[in-house]
Amino acid sequence: MNIIVCLKQVPDTEAPIRIRPDGTGIDETGLNLVMNYYDEHATEAALRLREQFGGTVTAVAVGPERAREALRQALAMGADEAALLRDPQLDGADHLQVARALAAFITPRTPDVVICGKLSTDDNAAVVGPALAEVLDLPQATAIARLEVDPNRARATVHRELEGAVEVLEVPLPALFTVERSLNEPRYPSLPGIMKAKRKEIAVMDLAALGLSPEEVGSPGAVLERLTSPPGRTAGVQVNGAEPEAAVEAIITFLSERAKVL
Amino acid sequence: MNLELSEEHRLLQATVREFAAREIAPAAARLDREARYPAELIARAAALGLMGLMIPEQYGGAGMDGVANVIVQEELARASAGVQVIVSVNNSLVADPILRFGTEEQKRRYLPPLTEGRSLGCYCLTESSAGSDAMALETRAGLRGGEWVITGRKLFVTNGVEADLCIVYARSEDVPGARGLSAFLVEKSFPGIQVGKVEHKLGIRCSSTAEILLDDCRVPAENLLGRRGEGGKIALATLDGGRIGIAAQAIGLARAALEEATAYVSQRRLFGRALRDFQATQWALADMATRTDAARLLAYRAAWLRDRGERCTREAAVAKLIASETAMWATHRAVQLFGGYGYIQDYPLERYFRDAKITEIYEGTSEILRLVISRDVLGSKGTARP
Ligand SMILES: Cc1cc2nc3c(=O)[nH]c(=O)nc-3n(C[C@H](O)[C@H](O)[C@H](O)COP(=O)(O)OP(=O)(O)OC[C@H]3O[C@@H](n4cnc5c(N)ncnc54)[C@H](O)[C@@H]3O)c2cc1C
Repeated sequence: MNIIVCLKQVPDTEAPIRIRPDGTGIDETGLNLVMNYYDEHATEAALRLREQFGGTVTAVAVGPERAREALRQALAMGADEAALLRDPQLDGADHLQVARALAAFITPRTPDVVICGKLSTDDNAAVVGPALAEVLDLPQATAIARLEVDPNRARATVHRELEGAVEVLEVPLPALFTVERSLNEPRYPSLPGIMKAKRKEIAVMDLAALGLSPEEVGSPGAVLERLTSPPGRTAGVQVNGAEPEAAVEAIITFLSERAKVL
Repeated sequence: MNLELSEEHRLLQATVREFAAREIAPAAARLDREARYPAELIARAAALGLMGLMIPEQYGGAGMDGVANVIVQEELARASAGVQVIVSVNNSLVADPILRFGTEEQKRRYLPPLTEGRSLGCYCLTESSAGSDAMALETRAGLRGGEWVITGRKLFVTNGVEADLCIVYARSEDVPGARGLSAFLVEKSFPGIQVGKVEHKLGIRCSSTAEILLDDCRVPAENLLGRRGEGGKIALATLDGGRIGIAAQAIGLARAALEEATAYVSQRRLFGRALRDFQATQWALADMATRTDAARLLAYRAAWLRDRGERCTREAAVAKLIASETAMWATHRAVQLFGGYGYIQDYPLERYFRDAKITEIYEGTSEILRLVISRDVLGSKGTARP
């Protein structure tokens, strides 16, 4: 089974985010960057398919030079190959451009399954996966929480968790899936895995190497105008020393008139 | 000069940090209270490759360097110094000397089980009247009918209860001091070896500390490790690596104290202010951070020298000395910052404080390390290295 997993390097969700003074992006100095958590689950899903059915797992990322580290992690977890798609024209690319670059890499490799995280925790857009399926012209199922593949019938059965229900879909392969975190428990890269990953080459490809012309990638439809911090939290209201009845009264007044939640 | 960790060192650090935070830290207080050997955690550590991390792949290890070992041991000790010492002894005091001094046959027989977690190792040097003065040990080994026969009592053996393989140092030659010693690979299943008294102790309580009794224990001739009379040299060379592991343990404890204290002082309010707003608090944290940094860099230096195959006896002693005294001092300081909460078991500070003390004692007390360092500083005529 030929499996491709798409992944992204993002700031650690626990890291404090500082915005550059000019609002053009976030300040990355000293920022801890990690593989997007959803992509760890995507990588795990890919590795499990390979363990079940054989084949190869190829990890691919669009990003700057530093995104190598996330690919190295995928290799250390057990991926067979990794490629970094890096080109000046992809700096500041929007989701559709990223999808086009990924598609140019993926198409000639004729995968059986393409797996992405449901979203990346930096911009929470959840767009690249679905857009990539469109560009590749593959059937897709998003946010899957369970995946069973029957290679003989070239079909997959997936579960999607909806509010109050589980949707069960049968999807013909090849297909693209985006995964929910409840799908699996990602493995840790083992120490021998880290050493093996160190010896592997990460292919770096620019748009020319992908056979994409600048026109085919297009210009971003959405351009980042400015990042601003959310307004700081204002001090809360304390109800001190009042009799219980009076305190309850004060809280109800607050909830209905100030917070407007009652 | 390059003080940057490599890409694989950083990946290793992130991996072990997450493993330690998710799997070890939640169990640490209970393991300490119950003084119970964490068999499941050790099995998972082995599955990750942590039990033979400096052993080449051909013997089942991860093939990493000594700097990687410092990184791993710090992260493990940050979560539990007890769990960490179980791992550290297996790596530095057992697998490492087999790799350095063992025959090809010994390496093939003993290293894969040790690195894969199918077997656990222990290091049996200390005796009741040979601790700091280890080279005065009295356990005897003699050749009888083509076999070694060993008799003696080993004390304070880490992993002594659970270990399957013991490296036993014994006097095989009629010579006093280091040159009369040899090292032996003794399986627990050999006739004549058993576990004696199991100690109750102040800290690192989930790691066992036991007496190992040898009574006419019969050991095949091919289980001599290194050459006859080389035991003292092997014991000391092994301790260079072991001390780097204990330095890393101490650094993990000092960092634990610093991180917990930093979080606590931000949230604790008194006299209308946060505890962090008092300058006395700020200076305490600054000193803790400074000493921990210094200790870590010195441990990296010692490991780096050892990786290059250079002598590092002095540097390993320096690293362990400063790291263990930093751990003791920093955990003491952090308990104080927590006030009463530092003294009770609902918080981890009292455990760090209890765990820290052993780092000043085993694998060379602080006094013995000062002896090692000062000997090198003073040298004999013409070899002084002030
Ligand atoms: C929990 C634990 C685990 C251990 N694990 C192991 C293990 O796995 N394997 C093993 O072989 N041993 C192990 N040990 C033993 C440990 O290494 C010894 O306890 C240590 O080396 C000190 O020896 P001692 O206890 O005999 O103290 P002593 O040697 O009697 O020392 C007593 C005091 O005298 C001081 N002193 C000694 N010599 C001098 C000097 N020349 N100048 C000034 N002061 C001096 C010492 O520093 C110390 O303060 C362990 C001990 C403990 C407590």
